[in-house]
Amino acid sequence: MTVHEQFAEDLALLALGTLQGDERAALEKHMEECASCRLELQRLRGDMALMALSSGGATPPRRARQRLMDAVAREPRLRAVPPRLAWWTPLRWVAAAALVVATLLLWTKNTDLRRQIAALQEQSGRQRLELTQAREIVATLTATGAMHVTLVAVKTPPQPQGKAIYVRDRSSLIFMANNLPSLPPQKAYELWLIPMSGSPIPAGMFKPDARGSAMVINPPLPAGVEAKTFAITIEPEQGSASPTMPIVMMGVGG
Amino acid sequence: MSSAELQGVSTDVTLVSAIRSGDQSAMGALYDRYSSIVYSIALRVLGDTGGAEDVMQEVFLQLWRNPGAFDAARGNLGAWLAVIARNRAIDALRKRHPQTDIEDVVLSVEQDLAGDAERARAMEKVRGVLGSMPAAQRRALEMAYFEGLTHTEIAARTGEPLGTIKTRIRAGLLALRKAFSG
Repeated sequence: MTVHEQFAEDLALLALGTLQGDERAALEKHMEECASCRLELQRLRGDMALMALSSGGATPPRRARQRLMDAVAREPRLRAVPPRLAWWTPLRWVAAAALVVATLLLWTKNTDLRRQIAALQEQSGRQRLELTQAREIVATLTATGAMHVTLVAVKTPPQPQGKAIYVRDRSSLIFMANNLPSLPPQKAYELWLIPMSGSPIPAGMFKPDARGSAMVINPPLPAGVEAKTFAITIEPEQGSASPTMPIVMMGVGG
Repeated sequence: MSSAELQGVSTDVTLVSAIRSGDQSAMGALYDRYSSIVYSIALRVLGDTGGAEDVMQEVFLQLWRNPGAFDAARGNLGAWLAVIARNRAIDALRKRHPQTDIEDVVLSVEQDLAGDAERARAMEKVRGVLGSMPAAQRRALEMAYFEGLTHTEIAARTGEPLGTIKTRIRAGLLALRKAFSG
């Protein structure tokens, strides 16, 4: 049941003026924010006007018209009296001038806001496009059915290879490897970022799949570290605080 | 312009505009056009000609005193006056102060009630719809509409569940709307 269906029957009672108490309060609160129910109330009042026709046909007594016209004549409209210039009349012009100024200010503000909205919409469109492209790249890289092919010089047996792409400003790192030898039980490869100074920083654990391929995407890294080298060691599955020798793969940034 | 001339040529909006300017003959023209609707509904609710006349007088005087309360956006004038007359008659029947301000009565209806012929046709159609309603539904609708009874009071009188009464009242009003929407 939608919220409008819930109130539909109460709306008819409200139109008839017979809805009371909590039910009326709840419906009136709902209607403050519901244009659809406000419109339906107007339609129900229209239905009430039609219902009134079922009692039609009676003619009021002749005297009733004269009675009304007499009452009307006793209540001449104020408009018949020439309007007196009140002491506040000049204030009206001041108020009108203030209104014009306020309108101009609002118009200017409105134009600025429109410009800002247009710029934000453009920026948002750009970001959506970039996000879509990024998602496509990641989807291709991580797809289960993706074919990973390493091209090497002819007659060279496949060698373990790793490629790390590191953006220092964003602390962003993508690492892809292939042709990795399988690991002993309860062991995993661990990638290390070796900074220009200081100790090696863990940059993700991984295990190769059946084809020897593996990937690490954006491991948690401290901000702004300048990398000298990336290295891979074999560690217990839970990882190590420092590399266990020997280093099985290593590469220096170019 | 005489009231008879106004009655013949003026639209409701023109007449209300003339009333705003204090034109008493426009008031007479509107009375001639709508007094039957207003009086009939008040008479049906109150069952007393004197009371019905008082309600009619009050409704038209309110329009005279506050013509700005009506504008075309509030629906057509005949329908608007009919709803106000019904509400005022129910207030009188239940001996209570007016529950609705006329300025708050906004309605949406396509049926034009300004002409005698249109009114007569619409009246016939409404009676036909009511006549074809199941008796229990018609009774619930009429008790709410002409007696101003709440659904609780109707349920107590008829011995039927509250939910059934609510459903019948709404369905009855929607049946009228449907008959005029084609």
